[in-house]
Amino acid sequence: MINERRTVLQVKGVSKDFGGLRALDDVDLDVKEGEIVALIGPNGAGKTTFFNCITGIYTPTEGDVNIDPYGGGFKRINGMKPNIVTELGMARTFQNIRLFPSMSVIENVMIGCHCRTKATFLGAVFRDPGTRKEEQETILKSYALLQELGLDQYADELARNLPYGAQRRLEIARALATDPFILLLDEPAAGMNPQETAELEELIVSIKDKHKISVLLIEHDMKMVMSLSDRLFVLEYGREIAHGTPQEISENPAVIKAYLGEELVDA
Amino acid sequence: MEGLKKSVLASLWFMFLTLPIMGVFVNTIDKSVTWHLDRVLYVGAAAFVLSYLWRFMLERKERGMKAEEQSAVEKVTLLNKLLANPKFFWPAVIAVAGFAIAFPKLFSMYQVNVMTSALIYVVLGLGLNIVVGLAGLLDLGFVAFYAVGAYSYALMNMYWGISFWVALPLGALLGALCGILLGFPVLRLRGDYLAIVTLGFGEIIRLVLENWAEFTHGPSGISNIARPEFFGLAKGFMAQINFMYYLMLVLVVFTIFVVNRLKNSRIGRAWQALREDEIACQAMGIDKMKTKLMAFSLGATWAGMVGVVFAAKTTFINPASFTFLESAIILSIVVLGGMGSILGVILGALVLILLPEYMRDFSEYRMLIFGATMVLVMVFRPQGLVRDVRKKIDISAVKKALGGVHD
Amino acid sequence: MEYFLELFFSGLTRGSIYALIALGYTMVYGIIELINFAHGEIYMIGAFVGLVVAGILTSFGFPAASIIVLASIAAIIYAAAYGYTLEKIAYRPLRDAPRLSPLISAIGMSIFLQNYVMLSQTSDFLSFPNLIPEFHFLGKFESMVGSSDFVIIVVAAVVMVALNLFIKFTRMGKAMRATAQNRKMAMLVGINVDQVISATFVIGSALAAVGGILIASHIGQINFFIGFIAGIKAFTAAVLGGIGSIPGAMLGGLILGWTESFCTGYVSSDYEDVFAFALLVLILIFRPSGLLGKAPIQKV
Repeated sequence: MINERRTVLQVKGVSKDFGGLRALDDVDLDVKEGEIVALIGPNGAGKTTFFNCITGIYTPTEGDVNIDPYGGGFKRINGMKPNIVTELGMARTFQNIRLFPSMSVIENVMIGCHCRTKATFLGAVFRDPGTRKEEQETILKSYALLQELGLDQYADELARNLPYGAQRRLEIARALATDPFILLLDEPAAGMNPQETAELEELIVSIKDKHKISVLLIEHDMKMVMSLSDRLFVLEYGREIAHGTPQEISENPAVIKAYLGEELVDA
Repeated sequence: MEGLKKSVLASLWFMFLTLPIMGVFVNTIDKSVTWHLDRVLYVGAAAFVLSYLWRFMLERKERGMKAEEQSAVEKVTLLNKLLANPKFFWPAVIAVAGFAIAFPKLFSMYQVNVMTSALIYVVLGLGLNIVVGLAGLLDLGFVAFYAVGAYSYALMNMYWGISFWVALPLGALLGALCGILLGFPVLRLRGDYLAIVTLGFGEIIRLVLENWAEFTHGPSGISNIARPEFFGLAKGFMAQINFMYYLMLVLVVFTIFVVNRLKNSRIGRAWQALREDEIACQAMGIDKMKTKLMAFSLGATWAGMVGVVFAAKTTFINPASFTFLESAIILSIVVLGGMGSILGVILGALVLILLPEYMRDFSEYRMLIFGATMVLVMVFRPQGLVRDVRKKIDISAVKKALGGVHD
Repeated sequence: MEYFLELFFSGLTRGSIYALIALGYTMVYGIIELINFAHGEIYMIGAFVGLVVAGILTSFGFPAASIIVLASIAAIIYAAAYGYTLEKIAYRPLRDAPRLSPLISAIGMSIFLQNYVMLSQTSDFLSFPNLIPEFHFLGKFESMVGSSDFVIIVVAAVVMVALNLFIKFTRMGKAMRATAQNRKMAMLVGINVDQVISATFVIGSALAAVGGILIASHIGQINFFIGFIAGIKAFTAAVLGGIGSIPGAMLGGLILGWTESFCTGYVSSDYEDVFAFALLVLILIFRPSGLLGKAPIQKV
């Protein structure tokens, strides 16, 4: 069934070198329409570097990043600037929360609407009906997103004053405001307790269904990843060591070896 | 006791520091030495008192910062509260407007002239405020665009007899064009590098104006620039001065209007976001270059426009009016007033330009005080005279628009 | 050929001075990522202290050799003291402030110090005694390299070698390198970061004073404004070499010195300063990490 779905993000043979260091080595990954895919791996495996490579913050040394949001054929996006990548419909959150701390919560989301709105300098000065309408729509859309993520009671507060979990959700709301076809979440459950994690899991599924988007996430919480995702990709030392369904991954000896080491250290 | 010891040490230390610079003057030609030890003693006394004040202020600031961190509520000052209150705001605006309009009737021609200069700095400050205050780009070559405006009018007037009213938009346009041309390559740079490149560019413009004598008349400058024609309304010297004043007043109002609207727009929001986190901003789909370039060239537009007015007002310009010091003055206006705050910048300009004008005895100390002001404001009151407060999005209106209450 | 060599050596002289001042910029930037805008003023103050001390000693009839030594020592001590105080007043309270705050404070300090010296010592060019004695062992090169050129080049080279040894082998030098790489980590392993930063300012300022007194004696006159242009040029040198890199500052200084010397010699002397500014703008646009600097990896 899954095979009939269209692929929206296709990454082929992506490598990234920092000086002499190869942080990513020939990584393949694909995400299909409406799928939740997880990218896992021990610390320092290159997961965030991978995100940075496909969102335009880094340019991959080798390989192709192709997207096909609406079924019109693939478009190669590596080397494009981050803002263009976002405009094309890939929105992300950050591992170490990067909100705009001294702007209000609703303004943070409104920033996400920026690339879908057009008001120019003249519009700002003259406030013609078109601009005013657009501004009003931006506010309404942002507020609706805040409601969806349960943040509407904070709308007026400064982003830096939000509790930690709410900041993580605000990042998701802001990313959604860019009308993406795929949402890239970098450790969305980091620092959350089990109950918050469970709520987040539900939230991700409901967002995916409501906005008809795909989700690619990096996560350390194995329980969450196993129950949430349709497929997983496993990175170790910048190389992809396995991919498949949660079932397949949990039985994969290479993955068990890579993780057992870490688990022992953790314990 | 500890404080006393510290202050005595500070006093001795500053006496030591100032001894060779303030305490002695040597003339190596006739091999004479003049001593001014009294000055050093004054420094010692001043340092003793100031070090107490310094420590007190630092402690107060630290306590203030801690208190702010603990409270989730944004600090709202009395002034901001008053401004937000329409009962106070509109009468105040009307009073200021009335005073501004009646100014030439109430004061002498000299005062009107001084006020016109101050208004020029108000507009320059507001222009730079777009770049530094709103978009967070430190532009140390702002005066270059001012020079572009002034010279474009002076030269066009000299060579082709172009009138002031044609030159005004042309000067603004040329300023904008230069802003884009310079901004395009340099805006990729990080904040402090940008500051230095713009400084270098400003100096290059000045040096070219100085050395390209065939075209610009070099250091001796251009004189006899035509004053604006006020459509036959302003007859005589006096009336012209007054009209110049009113022209600047109109420009000030126009600038306040534009900057205020920009600040609370989609673009103003993007500037603010860019100031806070460039990477997140780009990841949210904002074109960093385009957004910065717009702020940079808008600032340049205003500088170009005021440059034309400056040339017409003084009827004489030379490269010496466009040194780095001028950029620094405009920057200190923005910094003292409060980066981003329109009211603050206006107050900053009036304080920094009018105060030295009326306290003639202090005028030599003008730049010394400017420099010290910049340091002290940064250390003790980084928000400036008036803290910049962003207009809030009206949430209750949103709820109403969505229909029903969602609490 | 003779003209070429003359320009070559005058470029080398200038370049050595730029390099001495550039070291201060680069060291401070390496450690606290701040363009110490007032560094040029420290150099200027060093020159003024040298002038004053030399003037006093001359009036007491000291012998020339002792004057140059004492005036240099005084200039170095004072510049170091000013650098230390500058950091303490204008930068230390702003260490955790947004990036532009210390830069604005630095610009304020630069303007303040300029005017402080102008008000105390007038705005006239004051004539500076030639402290460097003439000697004649250079033979036929003498027409190209004056004795003060020679002294400048040699002193600058010695000072730079000494600085390199200091950074490489002493305890403080190691602490400086550690702090430059990662301030937080340095603090955690027990390095007194405040002390290291102060030491950086002191050393950078002292180097600037050496440059100040050498060039003042070479050119023969100083005023309050010399620090501004020299400061920007030295900053250009630092950026050219790769800011934060000590060998970079030396290389950048020399390249800038030669560029200026050859451009003014072969192209036009009217635009002397424009060459430096243009070079600055061009490097920052095309290679902001400089010749020996590494482009930083953007951390996300």
